[in-house]
Amino acid sequence: MTTAGAGAARPRAGAGGAGPAAVALRDVAKTYGRGAHAVEALRGVSFEIRDNEFFTLLGPSGCGKTTLLRAIAGFEQASAGAILLFGADIVDVPAHRRPVNTVFQHYALFPHMTVAANVAFGLRRLRRPEGEIARQVAAMLALVKMEALADRLPGQLSGGQKQRVALARALAPAPKVLLLDEPLSALDLKLRQAMRQELKQIQATTGITFIFVTHDQEEALSMSDRIAVMSEGRVQQIGPPAEIYEHPANRFVAGFVGDANFIPATVVGEEGGRVRCRTPAGLVLAAGAAPSPPGGRGTVLFVRPEKVGLVPAGQGTVEGRVRGLQYLGDAVLIEIDIGEALPLVASERMARLGQAARRPGDRLGVVLDPAALQLLAG
Amino acid sequence: MTGPRPAARRRRPFGEVPGLGTLAAGFLVFLYAPIAVLVAYSFNAGSIVMVWTGFSTDWYARAFANADIRQAAFNSLVVAVTATAIATVVATLAALVLARGGRFRGSEAVLGLISLPLMVPEIVTAVAVLVFFSGIGLNLGLGNVVIAHVTFCIPFAFMPIRARLDGMDTTLEQAAQDLYASEWATFRLVTLPLLMPGVLAGAMLSFVISMDDFIITMMVAGAGDTTLPVYIYSMIRHGITPEVNAVSSILLLVSIVLVTLYWFMTRTGPGTARR
Repeated sequence: MTTAGAGAARPRAGAGGAGPAAVALRDVAKTYGRGAHAVEALRGVSFEIRDNEFFTLLGPSGCGKTTLLRAIAGFEQASAGAILLFGADIVDVPAHRRPVNTVFQHYALFPHMTVAANVAFGLRRLRRPEGEIARQVAAMLALVKMEALADRLPGQLSGGQKQRVALARALAPAPKVLLLDEPLSALDLKLRQAMRQELKQIQATTGITFIFVTHDQEEALSMSDRIAVMSEGRVQQIGPPAEIYEHPANRFVAGFVGDANFIPATVVGEEGGRVRCRTPAGLVLAAGAAPSPPGGRGTVLFVRPEKVGLVPAGQGTVEGRVRGLQYLGDAVLIEIDIGEALPLVASERMARLGQAARRPGDRLGVVLDPAALQLLAG
Repeated sequence: MTGPRPAARRRRPFGEVPGLGTLAAGFLVFLYAPIAVLVAYSFNAGSIVMVWTGFSTDWYARAFANADIRQAAFNSLVVAVTATAIATVVATLAALVLARGGRFRGSEAVLGLISLPLMVPEIVTAVAVLVFFSGIGLNLGLGNVVIAHVTFCIPFAFMPIRARLDGMDTTLEQAAQDLYASEWATFRLVTLPLLMPGVLAGAMLSFVISMDDFIITMMVAGAGDTTLPVYIYSMIRHGITPEVNAVSSILLLVSIVLVTLYWFMTRTGPGTARR
């Protein structure tokens, strides 16, 4: 492990890089309670997190992402499966012997210790020499720009400052893996956005593997090297942000990560790598298929609002009529009736809109590019 | 300003129930006037209790010079300190098990058992302890008194400790473990320091309860093991002199100081503001 803060960024771990994965999960399951009241928080989760990766667990509350993080930290005992840290099984290792540290959602700073004592806590427990502790504490406080407040008590800090101290405290022992449990959720929007870039920066500087838990898709997309989208105790898809956003594996991922239009459709044919689908209203559209073969529960066509093209009436793939508008400042959401059960939502950037403001009732042409349309399992 | 003046509004509820003011005044007079009189007459120069002849601190000097009183006060202190120490440790352990040990079969029953002595009439406990001690032939002198005091001090020590623990965030303990602290280190460095206000409050409460106890001590204490309250009672039987007032006043002062400290400790203290 390189010492944190030395600016010794190692080369990014490439796909299939050498050495064991930072964290490998093998069929990890967690069940709370017993019998009829049993709740399955994790149902056979298996994947690997690479060394030096900014990895995000994304999902709605109750999807199992926090349970998984706590199982890696050692606060929860997995009911089944194996958790490997750099190749070593840590399932039976107690939390205080695991070389991983956590940034807690509400910071969990020790209120009776100063900022410096909080940051030094882990190093003292590891019985490092006092000189080294002092140097490392100073380096960590510098990394999070909190040197000036080293002698304050946590009660005298703002939320953003507590956040930084919590980060410094967890980074100080130079853990092999840093776990972050929704660390930005208690901050206000501006601070949250600033902290995103800073976290990303710190990850790159220290070279420590970050596992970041969040329910905020924007946070996940903006910071991560890879994202695992979770729902109902299962991993729905793992991939880089662009892949998750552009090519969601199923309807859940498409709907959770960003806005999405779904049109029920059945496959009627295939031509040159595209599928031809028919909607209940009789539209026949060409679309790309999802990476994984659509399952049995019916299929839907999926398109992002910003990928819906709007042209003058008569020039589109489909004819439509504006039903409603939603002004968002930088963009406007346009609900378009195309004869289906649900209206299609398109988004147009305000910069491009110019003087040609649309009004409810306007007729227009809708372009549904086969490259932007995808067939997903329902 | 359009609405009613705040001052007028605030004053109204007091007068709404007729006679409440009188009742409250009566309550205050009957509760505190005797105590005020007791303290005032401890400074009386004369030896007849209710006849004021002049200011003097002679009776305090007399009380301090009285070897029996000194012995009784010493006994009281020994009993209170020992009983408090034991009761606080036991209560802390009990509170830790009940608040942090997870749910176990009978945990509700244990909680009930710990709090039960608060509900049992003291005279019943007193007689029961006396009968029990003589039944098993236990004769440790002051030790008997200490054992009896520990039993009724535990629930008093337990309550503030348990309340403090319930209000404490368990993620702090998890954070300590995450930062390589063993269970013992977590307890020593995080749980106990944050629990300390509760522990001190519990200790003070049990110290006051032990110092003031009369009924149980009266039953259990042997001839040479007299505590201050029991000694005061025996003095009264020989006629009340201002010396009784002086001793009582000292006891009152000790109690007030400790209860005041307890009050501050449960209100403010390091670690009250979490998150």
